Amino acid sequence: MRAAETMTSLQRTLTTLGHAEPDRVPLFLLNNLHGSKELGLTPKEYFANPEYVTEGQLRLRRKYGDDCLYSFFYAAVEVEAWGGEVIYIDEGPPNAGQPIVGHFDDIFDLHVPIIGEIPALNRVLRATELMKAEIGDEAPIIGVVMSPFSLPVMQMGFEDYLLLLFEHPEAFRRLMEVNVEFCIRWANAQLAAGATAICYFDPVSSPTIIPREMYGDTGYRIARETLPRIEGPTATHLASGRVLPIAGQLTETATAALGVGESEDLCDLKATFSGKLSLLGNLNGIEMVGWNERGAHAAVADAIARAGAGGGFILSDNHGEIPFQVSSDTMMAIADAVREYGRYPLDGDVRDA
Amino acid sequence: MAVDGVAAKRIAAEAVDPDHPLEFVEEIMVPVLEEIGAGWERGIYSLAHVYMGSRICEEISDSMLPPSPGEGPTTSRIAIAVLNDYHLLGKKIVRSALRAAGFNLLDFGRCSPEVLLERVLENGTEILLISVLMLPSALDVAEFLALAEQEGIRLTVVVGGAPFRLDPELWRRVGADAVGHSAFDALKLVRDLSGEAKS
Ligand code: B12
Repeated sequence: MRAAETMTSLQRTLTTLGHAEPDRVPLFLLNNLHGSKELGLTPKEYFANPEYVTEGQLRLRRKYGDDCLYSFFYAAVEVEAWGGEVIYIDEGPPNAGQPIVGHFDDIFDLHVPIIGEIPALNRVLRATELMKAEIGDEAPIIGVVMSPFSLPVMQMGFEDYLLLLFEHPEAFRRLMEVNVEFCIRWANAQLAAGATAICYFDPVSSPTIIPREMYGDTGYRIARETLPRIEGPTATHLASGRVLPIAGQLTETATAALGVGESEDLCDLKATFSGKLSLLGNLNGIEMVGWNERGAHAAVADAIARAGAGGGFILSDNHGEIPFQVSSDTMMAIADAVREYGRYPLDGDVRDA
Repeated sequence: MAVDGVAAKRIAAEAVDPDHPLEFVEEIMVPVLEEIGAGWERGIYSLAHVYMGSRICEEISDSMLPPSPGEGPTTSRIAIAVLNDYHLLGKKIVRSALRAAGFNLLDFGRCSPEVLLERVLENGTEILLISVLMLPSALDVAEFLALAEQEGIRLTVVVGGAPFRLDPELWRRVGADAVGHSAFDALKLVRDLSGEAKS
Protein backbone atom coordinates (compact mmCIF):
# COMPACT_ATOMS: atom_id res chain seq x y z
CA MET A 1 0.00 0.00 0.00
CA ARG A 2 1.45 3.36 -1.02
CA ALA A 3 1.45 6.19 1.52
CA ALA A 4 -0.84 9.13 0.76
CA GLU A 5 0.61 12.34 -0.59
CA THR A 6 0.65 14.86 2.19
CA MET A 7 2.33 17.93 0.72
CA THR A 8 1.37 20.62 -1.75
CA SER A 9 3.49 20.87 -4.88
CA LEU A 10 5.25 23.92 -3.47
CA GLN A 11 6.04 22.23 -0.14
CA ARG A 12 7.31 19.16 -2.00
CA THR A 13 9.54 21.27 -4.20
CA LEU A 14 10.93 23.40 -1.38
CA THR A 15 11.64 20.34 0.73
CA THR A 16 13.64 18.66 -1.99
CA LEU A 17 15.49 21.92 -2.75
CA GLY A 18 16.46 21.91 0.93
CA HIS A 19 18.11 18.51 0.30
CA ALA A 20 15.55 16.62 2.36
CA GLU A 21 13.02 13.98 1.34
CA PRO A 22 9.45 15.21 0.75
CA ASP A 23 6.45 12.83 0.45
CA ARG A 24 7.47 11.96 -3.12
CA VAL A 25 9.85 13.02 -5.87
CA PRO A 26 8.51 16.24 -7.42
CA LEU A 27 7.77 16.15 -11.15
CA PHE A 28 8.22 19.17 -13.41
CA LEU A 29 6.59 18.36 -16.74
CA LEU A 30 7.89 21.29 -18.73
CA ASN A 31 5.17 21.15 -21.36
CA ASN A 32 5.03 24.76 -22.51
CA LEU A 33 4.36 23.62 -26.09
CA HIS A 34 1.45 21.37 -25.19
CA GLY A 35 -1.10 23.92 -24.01
CA SER A 36 -1.89 24.85 -27.60
CA LYS A 37 -2.90 21.23 -28.27
CA GLU A 38 -5.14 21.20 -25.19
CA LEU A 39 -6.91 24.31 -26.48
CA GLY A 40 -7.00 23.21 -30.12
CA LEU A 41 -4.96 26.23 -31.25
CA THR A 42 -1.81 26.67 -33.31
CA PRO A 43 1.26 27.72 -31.30
CA LYS A 44 1.02 31.14 -32.94
CA GLU A 45 -2.59 31.66 -31.83
CA TYR A 46 -1.89 30.22 -28.41
CA PHE A 47 1.14 32.33 -27.52
CA ALA A 48 -0.58 35.50 -28.75
CA ASN A 49 -2.90 35.51 -25.74
CA PRO A 50 -1.74 35.22 -22.10
CA GLU A 51 -5.16 33.95 -21.10
CA TYR A 52 -4.76 30.96 -23.39
CA VAL A 53 -1.31 30.20 -22.02
CA THR A 54 -2.62 30.42 -18.46
CA GLU A 55 -5.57 28.17 -19.26
CA GLY A 56 -3.24 25.75 -21.07
CA GLN A 57 -0.88 25.45 -18.12
CA LEU A 58 -3.72 25.02 -15.62
CA ARG A 59 -5.39 22.31 -17.72
CA LEU A 60 -2.13 20.44 -18.18
CA ARG A 61 -1.44 20.46 -14.47
CA ARG A 62 -4.99 19.27 -13.70
CA LYS A 63 -4.51 16.47 -16.21
CA TYR A 64 -1.09 15.20 -15.17
CA GLY A 65 -0.90 16.44 -11.58
CA ASP A 66 2.69 17.56 -11.87
CA ASP A 67 4.34 19.99 -9.52
CA CYS A 68 4.78 23.31 -11.31
CA LEU A 69 3.32 25.78 -13.75
CA TYR A 70 5.73 26.85 -16.49
CA SER A 71 5.34 30.46 -17.59
CA PHE A 72 7.97 30.02 -20.34
CA PHE A 73 6.61 30.73 -23.82
CA TYR A 74 9.65 30.17 -26.09
CA ALA A 75 13.26 31.37 -26.12
CA ALA A 76 12.87 33.76 -29.03
CA VAL A 77 10.50 35.95 -26.99
CA GLU A 78 13.70 37.70 -25.88
CA VAL A 79 14.70 38.32 -29.47
CA GLU A 80 11.44 40.20 -29.93
CA ALA A 81 12.57 42.43 -27.06
CA TRP A 82 15.67 43.41 -29.06
CA GLY A 83 13.65 44.15 -32.21
CA GLY A 84 13.95 40.74 -33.86
CA GLU A 85 11.33 38.55 -35.49
CA VAL A 86 9.89 35.21 -34.54
CA ILE A 87 9.00 32.47 -37.00
CA TYR A 88 6.16 30.13 -36.08
CA ILE A 89 5.50 26.59 -37.24
CA ASP A 90 2.38 24.54 -36.54
CA GLU A 91 3.96 21.55 -34.82
CA GLY A 92 6.82 22.80 -32.71
CA PRO A 93 8.43 25.77 -31.02
CA PRO A 94 8.83 29.10 -32.78
CA ASN A 95 12.38 30.12 -33.67
CA ALA A 96 14.26 33.40 -33.88
CA GLY A 97 14.37 34.94 -37.36
CA GLN A 98 17.15 37.09 -38.84
CA PRO A 99 19.77 38.13 -36.27
CA ILE A 100 19.45 41.73 -35.04
CA VAL A 101 23.22 42.15 -34.94
CA GLY A 102 24.36 42.01 -38.56
CA HIS A 103 27.80 43.42 -37.93
CA PHE A 104 30.05 43.41 -34.86
CA ASP A 105 29.95 47.22 -34.77
CA ASP A 106 26.16 47.12 -34.33
CA ILE A 107 26.81 45.89 -30.79
CA PHE A 108 27.98 49.32 -29.71
CA ASP A 109 24.59 50.79 -30.70
CA LEU A 110 22.49 48.35 -28.68
CA HIS A 111 20.40 49.72 -25.81
CA VAL A 112 18.83 47.67 -23.06
CA PRO A 113 15.14 47.21 -23.96
CA ILE A 114 12.61 48.57 -21.47
CA ILE A 115 10.63 45.55 -20.32
CA GLY A 116 7.24 47.28 -20.01
CA GLU A 117 7.40 48.51 -23.60
CA ILE A 118 7.74 45.12 -25.26
CA PRO A 119 4.40 43.45 -26.12
CA ALA A 120 5.85 39.92 -26.20
CA LEU A 121 7.39 40.28 -22.72
CA ASN A 122 4.19 41.85 -21.41
CA ARG A 123 2.27 38.79 -22.56
CA VAL A 124 4.58 36.55 -20.52
CA LEU A 125 4.24 38.83 -17.49
CA ARG A 126 0.45 38.90 -17.81
CA ALA A 127 0.32 35.10 -18.05
CA THR A 128 2.50 34.90 -14.95
CA GLU A 129 0.13 37.19 -13.02
CA LEU A 130 -2.91 35.19 -14.12
CA MET A 131 -1.26 31.92 -13.16
CA LYS A 132 -0.32 33.30 -9.75
CA ALA A 133 -3.88 34.48 -9.14
CA GLU A 134 -5.15 30.97 -9.83
CA ILE A 135 -2.49 28.83 -8.17
CA GLY A 136 -1.54 30.91 -5.12
CA ASP A 137 0.93 28.97 -2.99
CA GLU A 138 -0.16 25.53 -4.15
CA ALA A 139 2.53 25.08 -6.81
CA PRO A 140 5.59 27.02 -7.92
CA ILE A 141 5.53 29.05 -11.13
CA ILE A 142 8.77 28.67 -13.05
CA GLY A 143 9.82 31.62 -15.20
CA VAL A 144 12.66 31.56 -17.71
CA VAL A 145 15.45 33.85 -18.88
CA MET A 146 18.21 33.22 -21.40
CA SER A 147 21.57 33.93 -19.81
CA PRO A 148 23.40 37.02 -21.04
CA PHE A 149 26.08 34.68 -22.35
CA SER A 150 23.73 32.39 -24.32
CA LEU A 151 21.31 34.98 -25.70
CA PRO A 152 23.75 36.21 -28.41
CA VAL A 153 23.32 32.99 -30.38
CA MET A 154 19.86 34.32 -31.22
CA GLN A 155 20.92 37.99 -31.38
CA MET A 156 23.66 37.40 -33.93
CA GLY A 157 23.68 33.77 -35.12
CA PHE A 158 25.91 31.01 -33.76
CA GLU A 159 28.75 31.33 -36.22
CA ASP A 160 29.25 35.05 -35.72
CA TYR A 161 28.94 34.64 -31.98
CA LEU A 162 31.75 32.08 -31.87
CA LEU A 163 33.92 34.45 -33.89
CA LEU A 164 33.01 37.28 -31.51
CA LEU A 165 33.98 35.14 -28.54
CA PHE A 166 37.33 34.14 -29.96
CA GLU A 167 38.33 37.23 -31.89
CA HIS A 168 36.53 40.40 -30.73
CA PRO A 169 36.90 40.75 -26.95
CA GLU A 170 35.93 44.43 -26.84
CA ALA A 171 32.59 43.96 -28.61
CA PHE A 172 31.97 40.81 -26.57
CA ARG A 173 32.41 42.76 -23.31
CA ARG A 174 30.00 45.44 -24.48
CA LEU A 175 27.39 42.88 -25.50
CA MET A 176 27.65 41.22 -22.10
CA GLU A 177 27.13 44.57 -20.35
CA VAL A 178 23.79 45.22 -22.04
CA ASN A 179 22.71 41.58 -21.85
CA VAL A 180 23.44 41.33 -18.11
CA GLU A 181 21.27 44.40 -17.44
CA PHE A 182 18.48 43.06 -19.61
CA CYS A 183 18.58 39.60 -18.06
CA ILE A 184 18.36 40.94 -14.50
CA ARG A 185 15.46 43.26 -15.31
CA TRP A 186 13.60 40.54 -17.21
CA ALA A 187 14.04 38.02 -14.41
CA ASN A 188 12.98 40.49 -11.72
CA ALA A 189 9.92 41.56 -13.71
CA GLN A 190 8.79 37.92 -13.85
CA LEU A 191 9.38 37.50 -10.11
CA ALA A 192 7.38 40.66 -9.44
CA ALA A 193 4.56 39.28 -11.60
CA GLY A 194 4.37 36.15 -9.47
CA ALA A 195 7.04 33.70 -10.67
CA THR A 196 8.37 31.63 -7.76
CA ALA A 197 11.76 30.94 -9.32
CA ILE A 198 13.68 31.67 -12.50
CA CYS A 199 15.30 29.09 -14.71
CA TYR A 200 18.49 30.60 -16.17
CA PHE A 201 19.14 28.90 -19.52
CA ASP A 202 22.84 28.93 -20.24
CA PRO A 203 23.79 26.11 -22.63
CA VAL A 204 26.64 28.04 -24.22
CA SER A 205 28.48 27.71 -20.89
CA SER A 206 28.45 23.93 -21.20
CA PRO A 207 31.72 22.19 -22.11
CA THR A 208 29.60 20.64 -24.89
CA ILE A 209 29.63 24.07 -26.52
CA ILE A 210 32.72 26.00 -25.36
CA PRO A 211 36.11 24.74 -24.11
CA ARG A 212 35.88 24.22 -20.37
CA GLU A 213 38.93 26.46 -19.79
CA MET A 214 36.94 29.31 -21.27
CA TYR A 215 34.04 29.07 -18.82
CA GLY A 216 35.83 30.81 -15.93
CA ASP A 217 36.32 34.05 -17.86
CA THR A 218 32.97 33.97 -19.61
CA GLY A 219 29.80 32.14 -18.54
CA TYR A 220 30.98 31.73 -14.93
CA ARG A 221 31.97 35.36 -14.46
CA ILE A 222 28.71 36.50 -16.06
CA ALA A 223 26.58 34.15 -13.91
CA ARG A 224 28.37 35.41 -10.78
CA GLU A 225 27.53 38.94 -11.79
CA THR A 226 23.93 38.24 -12.82
CA LEU A 227 22.45 35.61 -10.51
CA PRO A 228 22.97 37.44 -7.17
CA ARG A 229 21.06 40.42 -8.56
CA ILE A 230 18.04 38.29 -9.44
CA GLU A 231 15.68 38.79 -6.50
CA GLY A 232 14.50 35.21 -6.09
CA PRO A 233 15.71 31.63 -6.35
CA THR A 234 17.23 30.43 -9.63
CA ALA A 235 17.90 27.13 -11.32
CA THR A 236 20.54 26.95 -14.03
CA HIS A 237 19.89 24.82 -17.10
CA LEU A 238 22.47 23.94 -19.72
CA ALA A 239 19.70 22.55 -21.98
CA SER A 240 21.18 19.03 -22.15
CA GLY A 241 24.78 20.15 -22.47
CA ARG A 242 27.31 18.48 -20.13
CA VAL A 243 27.89 19.93 -16.63
CA LEU A 244 30.37 17.66 -14.80
CA PRO A 245 33.63 19.19 -16.08
CA ILE A 246 32.60 22.58 -14.62
CA ALA A 247 30.81 21.22 -11.53
CA GLY A 248 32.94 23.11 -8.98
CA GLN A 249 32.40 26.47 -10.61
CA LEU A 250 28.69 25.87 -11.18
CA THR A 251 28.17 25.33 -7.46
CA GLU A 252 29.75 28.75 -6.82
CA THR A 253 27.23 30.65 -8.93
CA ALA A 254 24.47 31.18 -6.34
CA THR A 255 22.00 28.92 -8.09
CA ALA A 256 19.80 26.43 -6.21
CA ALA A 257 19.26 23.74 -8.82
CA LEU A 258 20.85 22.51 -12.00
CA GLY A 259 19.19 21.09 -15.10
CA VAL A 260 21.11 18.02 -16.23
CA GLY A 261 21.09 16.04 -19.46
CA GLU A 262 21.08 12.47 -20.63
CA SER A 263 24.75 12.29 -21.55
CA GLU A 264 25.95 12.16 -17.94
CA ASP A 265 25.08 9.48 -15.42
CA LEU A 266 22.67 10.55 -12.69
CA CYS A 267 24.64 8.61 -10.05
CA ASP A 268 27.78 10.58 -10.89
CA LEU A 269 25.82 13.80 -10.96
CA LYS A 270 24.19 13.06 -7.61
CA ALA A 271 27.51 12.13 -6.01
CA THR A 272 29.06 15.36 -7.31
CA PHE A 273 26.31 17.81 -6.40
CA SER A 274 24.73 16.15 -3.35
CA GLY A 275 23.99 18.72 -0.64
CA LYS A 276 25.19 21.56 -2.87
CA LEU A 277 22.83 21.84 -5.82
CA SER A 278 19.55 20.07 -6.44
CA LEU A 279 19.25 18.28 -9.76
CA LEU A 280 16.48 18.71 -12.33
CA GLY A 281 16.38 16.12 -15.08
CA ASN A 282 17.13 14.06 -17.06
CA LEU A 283 14.57 12.12 -19.15
CA ASN A 284 15.55 12.25 -22.82
CA GLY A 285 12.88 14.38 -24.51
CA ILE A 286 13.81 13.37 -28.03
CA GLU A 287 13.66 9.65 -27.26
CA MET A 288 10.43 10.27 -25.34
CA VAL A 289 8.66 10.78 -28.67
CA GLY A 290 9.04 7.03 -29.31
CA TRP A 291 8.29 5.79 -25.77
CA ASN A 292 5.39 3.54 -24.87
CA GLU A 293 4.04 3.15 -21.34
CA ARG A 294 6.65 0.55 -20.41
CA GLY A 295 9.49 2.70 -21.69
CA ALA A 296 8.25 5.64 -19.69
CA HIS A 297 7.97 3.58 -16.50
CA ALA A 298 11.44 2.12 -16.93
CA ALA A 299 13.05 5.50 -17.52
CA VAL A 300 11.30 7.11 -14.55
CA ALA A 301 12.12 4.23 -12.21
CA ASP A 302 15.75 4.30 -13.29
CA ALA A 303 16.16 8.07 -12.83
CA ILE A 304 14.59 7.96 -9.37
CA ALA A 305 16.71 5.00 -8.32
CA ARG A 306 19.84 6.87 -9.36
CA ALA A 307 19.14 10.33 -7.99
CA GLY A 308 16.10 10.31 -5.73
CA ALA A 309 17.52 9.26 -2.36
CA GLY A 310 17.89 12.04 0.18
CA GLY A 311 15.93 14.59 -1.86
CA GLY A 312 17.67 17.27 -3.91
CA PHE A 313 16.04 15.85 -7.03
CA ILE A 314 13.21 16.99 -9.27
CA LEU A 315 12.25 14.65 -12.07
CA SER A 316 12.05 16.43 -15.42
CA ASP A 317 13.29 16.18 -19.00
CA ASN A 318 16.86 16.75 -20.16
CA HIS A 319 16.26 20.04 -21.90
CA GLY A 320 13.68 22.16 -20.10
CA GLU A 321 11.00 21.56 -22.70
CA ILE A 322 9.08 18.44 -23.69
CA PRO A 323 8.90 18.28 -27.49
CA PHE A 324 5.57 18.99 -29.16
CA GLN A 325 5.52 15.46 -30.62
CA VAL A 326 5.48 13.68 -27.23
CA SER A 327 2.02 12.16 -26.76
CA SER A 328 -0.25 12.86 -23.85
CA ASP A 329 -0.28 9.10 -23.12
CA THR A 330 3.46 9.24 -22.59
CA MET A 331 3.25 12.26 -20.30
CA MET A 332 0.49 10.49 -18.38
CA ALA A 333 2.65 7.39 -18.06
CA ILE A 334 5.50 9.51 -16.70
CA ALA A 335 3.18 11.15 -14.17
CA ASP A 336 1.79 7.76 -13.07
CA ALA A 337 5.27 6.31 -12.80
CA VAL A 338 6.43 9.09 -10.46
CA ARG A 339 3.53 8.25 -8.15
CA GLU A 340 4.42 4.60 -8.38
CA TYR A 341 8.20 4.76 -7.87
CA GLY A 342 8.73 8.17 -6.32
CA ARG A 343 7.14 7.83 -2.84
CA TYR A 344 9.61 8.39 0.00
CA PRO A 345 11.17 6.42 1.54
CA LEU A 346 12.12 4.95 -1.79
CA ASP A 347 12.01 1.19 -2.28
CA GLY A 348 15.43 -0.24 -1.86
CA ASP A 349 16.64 2.77 0.08
CA VAL A 350 17.80 1.08 3.27
CA ARG A 351 18.99 4.17 5.09
CA ASP A 352 15.70 4.80 6.88
CA ALA A 353 14.82 1.18 7.45
CA MET B 1 43.71 21.97 -27.50
CA ALA B 2 44.59 25.56 -28.45
CA VAL B 3 42.52 27.30 -31.11
CA ASP B 4 45.24 29.16 -33.03
CA GLY B 5 44.62 29.64 -36.73
CA VAL B 6 47.79 31.66 -37.31
CA ALA B 7 50.07 28.97 -35.88
CA ALA B 8 48.16 26.23 -37.73
CA LYS B 9 48.61 28.03 -41.04
CA ARG B 10 52.33 28.57 -40.38
CA ILE B 11 52.86 24.90 -39.58
CA ALA B 12 50.91 23.86 -42.67
CA ALA B 13 52.87 26.20 -44.92
CA GLU B 14 56.12 24.69 -43.65
CA ALA B 15 54.98 21.09 -43.89
CA VAL B 16 53.25 21.01 -47.26
CA ASP B 17 54.97 19.82 -50.43
CA PRO B 18 53.64 22.36 -52.94
CA ASP B 19 53.71 19.76 -55.73
CA HIS B 20 51.63 17.28 -53.74
CA PRO B 21 49.23 19.24 -51.57
CA LEU B 22 46.76 16.35 -51.42
CA GLU B 23 49.31 14.33 -49.47
CA PHE B 24 49.28 16.95 -46.75
CA VAL B 25 45.52 16.96 -46.77
CA GLU B 26 45.36 13.17 -46.48
CA GLU B 27 48.13 12.71 -43.93
CA ILE B 28 47.67 15.71 -41.69
CA MET B 29 44.33 17.36 -42.28
CA VAL B 30 42.11 14.29 -42.34
CA PRO B 31 43.63 12.80 -39.17
CA VAL B 32 43.24 16.17 -37.43
CA LEU B 33 39.55 16.28 -38.39
CA GLU B 34 39.21 12.71 -37.21
CA GLU B 35 40.78 13.50 -33.86
CA ILE B 36 38.50 16.50 -33.35
CA GLY B 37 35.40 14.52 -34.41
CA ALA B 38 36.19 11.63 -32.09
CA GLY B 39 36.96 14.08 -29.24
CA TRP B 40 33.59 15.82 -29.75
CA GLU B 41 31.74 12.51 -29.60
CA ARG B 42 33.58 11.49 -26.43
CA GLY B 43 32.89 14.87 -24.86
CA ILE B 44 36.53 15.98 -24.77
CA TYR B 45 36.24 18.74 -27.33
CA SER B 46 33.53 21.36 -27.51
CA LEU B 47 31.46 22.61 -30.40
CA ALA B 48 33.68 25.72 -30.49
CA HIS B 49 36.75 23.49 -31.04
CA VAL B 50 34.89 21.66 -33.79
CA TYR B 51 33.78 24.85 -35.51
CA MET B 52 37.09 26.70 -35.28
CA GLY B 53 39.01 23.54 -36.22
CA SER B 54 36.99 22.86 -39.35
CA ARG B 55 37.14 26.52 -40.32
CA ILE B 56 40.92 26.70 -39.98
CA CYS B 57 41.36 23.40 -41.88
CA GLU B 58 39.12 24.66 -44.67
CA GLU B 59 41.14 27.88 -44.98
CA ILE B 60 44.39 25.93 -45.14
CA SER B 61 43.01 23.55 -47.76
CA ASP B 62 41.66 26.44 -49.80
CA SER B 63 45.11 27.98 -49.87
CA MET B 64 46.70 24.71 -51.07
CA LEU B 65 44.25 22.99 -53.35
CA PRO B 66 43.30 24.29 -56.79
CA PRO B 67 40.63 26.93 -56.33
CA SER B 68 37.03 26.18 -57.14
CA PRO B 69 35.23 29.21 -58.52
CA GLY B 70 33.17 31.47 -56.26
CA GLU B 71 31.62 30.07 -53.12
CA GLY B 72 32.07 26.51 -54.30
CA PRO B 73 31.92 24.18 -57.26
CA THR B 74 29.18 24.42 -59.86
CA THR B 75 28.73 20.70 -60.37
CA SER B 76 29.02 17.79 -58.02
CA ARG B 77 27.02 14.71 -57.30
CA ILE B 78 27.35 15.42 -53.58
CA ALA B 79 25.30 18.14 -51.92
CA ILE B 80 24.42 19.43 -48.49
CA ALA B 81 21.28 21.20 -47.27
CA VAL B 82 19.45 22.31 -44.17
CA LEU B 83 15.85 21.11 -44.15
CA ASN B 84 13.16 23.56 -42.93
CA ASP B 85 15.41 24.78 -40.15
CA TYR B 86 16.89 28.19 -39.45
CA HIS B 87 20.07 26.83 -37.92
CA LEU B 88 22.92 26.71 -40.37
CA LEU B 89 25.97 26.08 -38.18
CA GLY B 90 25.91 22.27 -38.49
CA LYS B 91 25.87 22.51 -42.28
CA LYS B 92 28.68 25.04 -42.25
CA ILE B 93 30.87 22.79 -40.08
CA VAL B 94 30.23 19.67 -42.16
CA ARG B 95 30.80 21.55 -45.41
CA SER B 96 34.07 22.99 -44.13
CA ALA B 97 35.35 19.59 -43.02
CA LEU B 98 34.51 18.00 -46.38
CA ARG B 99 36.09 20.83 -48.32
CA ALA B 100 39.16 20.71 -46.09
CA ALA B 101 39.55 17.06 -47.08
CA GLY B 102 39.34 17.97 -50.76
CA PHE B 103 35.70 17.13 -51.46
CA ASN B 104 33.71 19.46 -53.63
CA LEU B 105 30.08 19.63 -52.75
CA LEU B 106 27.11 21.79 -53.64
CA ASP B 107 25.45 23.82 -50.93
CA PHE B 108 21.70 24.02 -51.41
CA GLY B 109 21.28 26.25 -48.34
CA ARG B 110 18.02 26.10 -46.41
CA CYS B 111 15.21 24.32 -48.28
CA SER B 112 11.68 23.06 -47.83
CA PRO B 113 11.21 19.41 -48.88
CA GLU B 114 9.72 20.53 -52.22
CA VAL B 115 12.56 22.91 -53.04
CA LEU B 116 15.14 20.37 -51.94
CA LEU B 117 13.66 17.85 -54.34
CA GLU B 118 13.88 20.36 -57.20
CA ARG B 119 17.52 21.05 -56.42
CA VAL B 120 18.29 17.33 -56.33
CA LEU B 121 16.59 16.84 -59.71
CA GLU B 122 18.32 19.83 -61.30
CA ASN B 123 21.74 18.74 -60.13
CA GLY B 124 21.52 14.97 -60.39
CA THR B 125 22.53 14.68 -56.73
CA GLU B 126 23.48 11.15 -55.69
CA ILE B 127 24.65 11.74 -52.14
CA LEU B 128 22.65 14.24 -50.13
CA LEU B 129 23.71 15.39 -46.67
CA ILE B 130 20.92 16.88 -44.55
CA SER B 131 21.60 18.86 -41.40
CA VAL B 132 18.92 19.88 -38.88
CA LEU B 133 18.78 21.19 -35.32
CA MET B 134 15.07 21.13 -34.43
CA LEU B 135 13.13 17.89 -33.99
CA PRO B 136 10.28 18.90 -36.35
CA SER B 137 12.89 19.46 -39.07
CA ALA B 138 14.39 16.04 -38.40
CA LEU B 139 10.95 14.49 -38.83
CA ASP B 140 10.55 16.38 -42.12
CA VAL B 141 13.27 14.15 -43.59
CA ALA B 142 10.58 11.47 -43.88
CA GLU B 143 8.40 13.88 -45.84
CA PHE B 144 11.26 14.71 -48.20
CA LEU B 145 11.98 11.01 -48.76
CA ALA B 146 8.32 10.31 -49.51
CA LEU B 147 8.37 13.04 -52.17
CA ALA B 148 11.58 11.65 -53.63
CA GLU B 149 10.06 8.20 -53.78
CA GLN B 150 6.97 9.51 -55.57
CA GLU B 151 9.27 11.00 -58.19
CA GLY B 152 11.12 7.71 -58.44
CA ILE B 153 14.41 9.31 -57.43
CA ARG B 154 17.12 7.12 -55.98
CA LEU B 155 19.70 8.86 -53.88
CA THR B 156 21.62 8.24 -50.69
CA VAL B 157 20.59 10.45 -47.80
CA VAL B 158 22.91 11.01 -44.85
CA VAL B 159 21.43 12.90 -41.89
CA GLY B 160 22.95 14.62 -38.89
CA GLY B 161 22.36 17.22 -36.19
CA ALA B 162 21.37 17.36 -32.52
CA PRO B 163 18.09 15.37 -32.65
CA PHE B 164 19.89 12.51 -34.36
CA ARG B 165 22.59 12.56 -31.68
CA LEU B 166 20.03 12.60 -28.88
CA ASP B 167 18.04 9.68 -30.30
CA PRO B 168 20.44 7.28 -32.03
CA GLU B 169 17.53 5.41 -33.67
CA LEU B 170 15.79 8.43 -35.13
CA TRP B 171 17.59 8.25 -38.49
CA ARG B 172 16.05 4.83 -39.13
CA ARG B 173 12.57 6.01 -38.22
CA VAL B 174 12.74 8.86 -40.73
CA GLY B 175 14.06 6.49 -43.40
CA ALA B 176 17.56 7.91 -43.94
CA ASP B 177 20.36 5.71 -45.32
CA ALA B 178 22.95 6.74 -42.77
CA VAL B 179 23.59 9.07 -39.85
CA GLY B 180 26.67 10.87 -38.59
CA HIS B 181 27.29 12.46 -35.22
CA SER B 182 30.21 14.66 -36.17
CA ALA B 183 31.60 16.41 -39.21
CA PHE B 184 34.25 13.71 -39.41
CA ASP B 185 31.51 11.08 -39.59
CA ALA B 186 30.17 13.00 -42.56
CA LEU B 187 33.58 12.87 -44.21
CA LYS B 188 33.98 9.15 -43.51
CA LEU B 189 30.51 8.36 -44.86
CA VAL B 190 30.97 10.44 -47.98
CA ARG B 191 34.31 8.76 -48.65
CA ASP B 192 32.79 5.30 -48.29
CA LEU B 193 29.72 6.12 -50.32
CA SER B 194 31.55 7.81 -53.15
CA GLY B 195 34.11 5.03 -53.35
CA GLU B 196 36.89 7.50 -52.60
CA ALA B 197 36.20 9.17 -55.93
CA LYS B 198 36.32 12.93 -55.59
CA SER B 199 33.65 14.52 -57.71
C1 B12 C 1 22.99 26.09 -27.46
C2 B12 C 1 21.54 25.68 -27.54
C3 B12 C 1 20.57 26.69 -27.50
C4 B12 C 1 20.92 28.16 -27.47
C5 B12 C 1 21.29 28.59 -28.91
C6 B12 C 1 20.46 27.86 -29.96
C7 B12 C 1 20.72 28.15 -31.42
N1 B12 C 1 21.63 27.48 -32.07
O1 B12 C 1 20.08 29.00 -31.96
C8 B12 C 1 19.60 28.79 -26.98
C9 B12 C 1 19.61 28.90 -25.46
C10 B12 C 1 19.27 30.17 -27.52
C11 B12 C 1 18.61 27.71 -27.39
C12 B12 C 1 17.29 27.97 -27.66
C13 B12 C 1 16.42 27.03 -28.19
N2 B12 C 1 16.61 25.72 -28.29
CO1 B12 C 1 18.32 24.90 -27.95
N3 B12 C 1 19.93 23.95 -27.70
C14 B12 C 1 21.18 24.31 -27.62
C15 B12 C 1 22.13 23.08 -27.62
C16 B12 C 1 22.76 22.94 -26.24
C17 B12 C 1 23.20 23.17 -28.73
C18 B12 C 1 22.61 23.58 -30.08
C19 B12 C 1 23.56 23.92 -31.20
O2 B12 C 1 23.38 24.93 -31.88
N4 B12 C 1 24.56 23.11 -31.46
C20 B12 C 1 25.46 23.27 -32.58
C21 B12 C 1 25.16 22.29 -33.72
C22 B12 C 1 26.05 22.60 -34.89
O3 B12 C 1 25.42 21.01 -33.18
P1 B12 C 1 24.79 19.68 -33.84
O4 B12 C 1 23.50 20.01 -34.47
O5 B12 C 1 24.80 18.59 -32.86
O6 B12 C 1 25.84 19.37 -35.00
C23 B12 C 1 27.01 18.56 -34.81
C24 B12 C 1 26.77 17.11 -35.20
O7 B12 C 1 25.48 16.68 -34.90
C25 B12 C 1 27.17 17.05 -36.64
N5 B12 C 1 26.20 17.35 -37.69
C26 B12 C 1 25.38 18.43 -37.83
N6 B12 C 1 24.74 18.39 -39.00
C27 B12 C 1 25.14 17.28 -39.64
C28 B12 C 1 24.79 16.76 -40.90
C29 B12 C 1 25.35 15.54 -41.33
C30 B12 C 1 24.97 15.00 -42.66
C31 B12 C 1 26.27 14.84 -40.48
C32 B12 C 1 26.84 13.56 -40.91
C33 B12 C 1 26.64 15.39 -39.24
C34 B12 C 1 26.08 16.60 -38.83
O8 B12 C 1 28.22 17.98 -36.74
C35 B12 C 1 28.04 19.07 -35.82
C36 B12 C 1 29.37 19.40 -35.21
O9 B12 C 1 29.97 18.30 -34.60
C37 B12 C 1 21.16 21.90 -27.95
C38 B12 C 1 21.30 20.63 -27.13
C39 B12 C 1 22.51 19.82 -27.49
N7 B12 C 1 23.07 19.20 -26.50
O10 B12 C 1 22.93 19.75 -28.62
C40 B12 C 1 19.75 22.50 -27.71
C41 B12 C 1 18.64 22.19 -28.72
C42 B12 C 1 19.17 22.36 -30.10
N8 B12 C 1 17.63 23.23 -28.48
C43 B12 C 1 16.44 22.82 -28.71
C44 B12 C 1 15.29 23.68 -28.71
C45 B12 C 1 13.94 23.03 -28.86
C46 B12 C 1 15.42 25.07 -28.56
C47 B12 C 1 14.29 26.11 -28.62
C48 B12 C 1 13.32 25.95 -29.77
C49 B12 C 1 13.51 26.14 -27.29
C50 B12 C 1 12.31 27.03 -27.33
N9 B12 C 1 11.12 26.50 -27.20
O11 B12 C 1 12.42 28.21 -27.52
C51 B12 C 1 15.09 27.44 -28.73
C52 B12 C 1 15.27 27.91 -30.19
C53 B12 C 1 16.12 29.15 -30.28
C54 B12 C 1 16.06 29.82 -31.60
N10 B12 C 1 17.11 29.74 -32.39
O12 B12 C 1 15.05 30.41 -31.89
C55 B12 C 1 16.38 21.31 -28.96
C56 B12 C 1 16.04 20.96 -30.41
C57 B12 C 1 15.37 19.61 -30.56
C58 B12 C 1 13.90 19.71 -30.31
N11 B12 C 1 13.44 19.39 -29.11
O13 B12 C 1 13.19 20.13 -31.18
C59 B12 C 1 17.83 20.86 -28.51
C60 B12 C 1 18.44 19.70 -29.28
C61 B12 C 1 17.74 20.50 -27.01
C62 B12 C 1 17.08 19.17 -26.71
N12 B12 C 1 17.76 18.32 -25.98
O14 B12 C 1 16.00 18.87 -27.12
N13 B12 C 1 19.22 26.51 -27.56
